[in-house]
Amino acid sequence: MKATRRQAIAMGLAMPLALRVRPAQATPETMQAAIDAFTGGAAVTEGGVELKIPALVENGNSVPLSVSAESPMTDEDHVEEIAIFNEVNPLPDTVRFHFTPRSGRATAQTRIRLNGTQHVTAIARKSDGTFHSAQVNVIVTAPACRES
Amino acid sequence: MSALVNIPETAAPGEIVDIKVLLQHPMETGFRTGPDGKLVPRNIIHSLRCLYLSEEVFAAELFPAVTANPFFAFTLVAETTGEVEILWADDAGEEQRQSQTLTVG
Repeated sequence: MKATRRQAIAMGLAMPLALRVRPAQATPETMQAAIDAFTGGAAVTEGGVELKIPALVENGNSVPLSVSAESPMTDEDHVEEIAIFNEVNPLPDTVRFHFTPRSGRATAQTRIRLNGTQHVTAIARKSDGTFHSAQVNVIVTAPACRES
Repeated sequence: MSALVNIPETAAPGEIVDIKVLLQHPMETGFRTGPDGKLVPRNIIHSLRCLYLSEEVFAAELFPAVTANPFFAFTLVAETTGEVEILWADDAGEEQRQSQTLTVG
């Protein structure tokens, strides 16, 4: 197949992206960009969300995380989603939970990887369109992703 | 892939029950280099869903930051006797489900 001039230019533009092997590390700025993408730029109120992660973590490969948001969880007033963001992992997105009134409580637990000491942020989106947040600082003594 | 799913067998109507899920999966991030010096392709479970009475009550979107052998705990409100289904899918296209009947009353 013969590439047209237009295709050749498009390939040339795509090349640097394909060649970038090591991913850029997430930074406080990329975390903020990911949060803005999640909220659509809406204002975020601090509070109403509880994010529990141990303050001192020895093994970054498995960090217990528990998050909950205050809500009556009725059809009119419930938490629709809670998203977790980090600053230092290769990607700012960590995990997202979707709730419904039939969840009963806006609470979930999981285990995550943390590649170093950082802030972790939880943002809850309520059915009325408001956003609420909580942030914790986690000290990680042995980060994930170091075996390679 | 195997999984441990912990769903109570019985509940009172309106009771909030705890569901726990432990999936066996390497959750390969796609950022790690293998012995040949090349990046190991990403293969993670990207979604987990919980259906109760055939309707979604809880779901999670997973990213590479979730640990290998992911664990999840969440809740649902017991309404009537019916099936609680846990469904999950990974990047390799493997989709699995495990279900259990929750007896309410």
